Amino acid sequence: MAKITSLNDLRKIKDELQQKIRLRENADSPEAMVQIRVGMATSGIASGAKEVFIFLVDELEKRNVDAVVTQTGDMGYSYAEPTIEVILPGKDPVVFGWVDVEKADEIIEKYIRGGELVEGIIPANYNTIDD
Amino acid sequence: MANYKYHLLVCGGTGCKASESDRIVNMLNNEIRENGLSSDAKVVTTGCFGFCEKGPIVKVLPDNTFYTRVTPEDSKEIVMEHLVKGRRVERLLYVDPETKKHITDSKHMGFYQKQIRIALRNCGFIDPENIDEAISRDAYIALGNVLAGMTPEETCNVVKESGLRGRGGGGFPTGLKWEITRKSQADQKYVVCNADEGDPGAFMDRSILEGDPHAVLEAMAICGWAIGATKGLIYIRAEYPLAIKRLKIAIDQAMEYGLLGKDIFGSGFDFEIELRYGAGAFVCGEETALIHSMEGSRGEPTFKPPFPSVEGYLGKPTNVNNVETFANIPVIFNKGAKWFASIGTERSKGTKVFALAGKINNVGLIEVPMGTTLREVIFEIGGGIKDGKAFKAVQTGGPSGGCLTQKHLDTPIEYDTLIEAGSMMGSGGMIVMDEDDCMVSVAKYYLDFTVEESCGKCSPCRIGNKRLHEMLETITKGEGTMETLDKLKTLSHVIKDTSLCGLGQTAPNPVLSTMDNFWEEYLEHVEGHKCRAGSCKSLMQYIIIPENCVGCTACARNCPVNCISGERKQLHVIDQTVCIKCGTCMEKCKFNAIEIV
Repeated sequence: MAKITSLNDLRKIKDELQQKIRLRENADSPEAMVQIRVGMATSGIASGAKEVFIFLVDELEKRNVDAVVTQTGDMGYSYAEPTIEVILPGKDPVVFGWVDVEKADEIIEKYIRGGELVEGIIPANYNTIDD
Repeated sequence: MANYKYHLLVCGGTGCKASESDRIVNMLNNEIRENGLSSDAKVVTTGCFGFCEKGPIVKVLPDNTFYTRVTPEDSKEIVMEHLVKGRRVERLLYVDPETKKHITDSKHMGFYQKQIRIALRNCGFIDPENIDEAISRDAYIALGNVLAGMTPEETCNVVKESGLRGRGGGGFPTGLKWEITRKSQADQKYVVCNADEGDPGAFMDRSILEGDPHAVLEAMAICGWAIGATKGLIYIRAEYPLAIKRLKIAIDQAMEYGLLGKDIFGSGFDFEIELRYGAGAFVCGEETALIHSMEGSRGEPTFKPPFPSVEGYLGKPTNVNNVETFANIPVIFNKGAKWFASIGTERSKGTKVFALAGKINNVGLIEVPMGTTLREVIFEIGGGIKDGKAFKAVQTGGPSGGCLTQKHLDTPIEYDTLIEAGSMMGSGGMIVMDEDDCMVSVAKYYLDFTVEESCGKCSPCRIGNKRLHEMLETITKGEGTMETLDKLKTLSHVIKDTSLCGLGQTAPNPVLSTMDNFWEEYLEHVEGHKCRAGSCKSLMQYIIIPENCVGCTACARNCPVNCISGERKQLHVIDQTVCIKCGTCMEKCKFNAIEIV
């Protein structure tokens, strides 16, 4: 990657990246796909987030679900680790807690494929700086 | 596959369960079945909504309708009205306490303004190992703006106007610190990030570094520009391997993009960041000790002044800020000092991250505006006390802080109010205790920690705290007298007044605050040889209740020290002089014949 040498460069890159993310989330676009974030700070990993991460990557591919799985930091719900956030195209993000491999399987089959919510949802209870 | 039109989310948090949310789930399911809606609506139990006071909560999707104080008997109406006829059940809607209006959409409820994530804005959103994700959420934009159009003096002024105070514990105004370092004259200056998080139960800084390392790097570069430093150092404990790994990746990526290094954004400003590892000594969180440790000397504090801002790392002016303090900086520049100062209270601006731990339902990380009350944090966001036990105290400020009790629950959380209440903000660990915790033992636990962590340089801390610990030990053994209590108090004040650094000066705080707030418990230990929480082993006895004992010999056979005697089918007796209070007899007895007194 080339060096960013001015503020304008940075802004341009930022806009491009945001555009890409918006495409991923937009239900009407052909590039729309499922996004999953796995909370992988120390506490998440200690409760088994790594296995869940690997399971999701492998299984989504096997089951032909177009998805991006990424790791992220601590979502703050230590009591419910491992936690994952799933964003279906055009939908609000949903956070699931206590996600082991079995739960991850249920989430793929029921929520990701069928839009059906399953037990273990952690309701978001905070504001962001953009609100 | 069923294609549900509605999802009904029912709160399964402890608070709501206690008010029959399980039955609500059952009744809703029954109603849905009876009305033939099984393929249209699904009931799902969720984690805590953090709104326990108004529970049980039922939220209907997709329209986000938020019902509060729902009873099982309301289930029929919710199904009949909302699902069948498409009309909201007005009387169950949340009423805004200020406008007195029904609020249908949970996003517009004042309650959810209780948490605002500023320092944690990217934590749990971005991939911390991918700089592009950080950039897509505004990383390095503030640095670019500062370098493009602000003088160092103006940069310091923005931080000053924001009212940001140090999040590591002391609460010193950050802008002022930057200004003092800026005004110090030297050929080289340093920016240091204090990532030596050492309070028991605290993990705010680790989470920020693991979740959003670029926020800290960017802020350090802004600080470098403001004070005239080209070098930054992060002092981090080797016990945080994941945070170290992610910081290293972040530094490499930022260097590669030219967002750190030489001539950043073509401005001519150079800034580099290196890591320095600590061995996990608590005292190294004190800034002078931290600097000595970075220089390769023993991690011992030295007297201030000179302050690090004047004479710090290698004798050069050094600005030391904590991780969370830095994490706030880019947002202050992007959203404006006024915006930041509008959050919080008169003397404490912005938000504070807390790590909730102990006997609380929703253990985790939260970020609330300054001025939020302890009650809101513990009972609403934290979901209340585990297993429905009674709240007893909350320890803030770690081993340097104190216990706050029932009477402090409505105290707003600010630097100054917490000090007035006999505790302190500290770095943000909050350990919640319930009725089963003995406050003398809690004080002893913290002293245990400070005795272990004292560097040994000054005698009040090295010897004094050891004596405090011994006295607490005597009290928990039931051998203390009123004189012990007097001595405990006097010595605590002497240590506070005469210790060299913050560690010693604050080490007696847990003792003094528990004595202030739980004097009667200290008295009970000394005068009545009783521990009401039942946690001081020396003060309790296992005894056999004659009416219940059938003489089965199970206790005698399992006792590891053979202190129970008695013939078969005869009453057994425990020899109290030999008993080690392990509790095995009580566990093995099938006839409830053993009790603790």
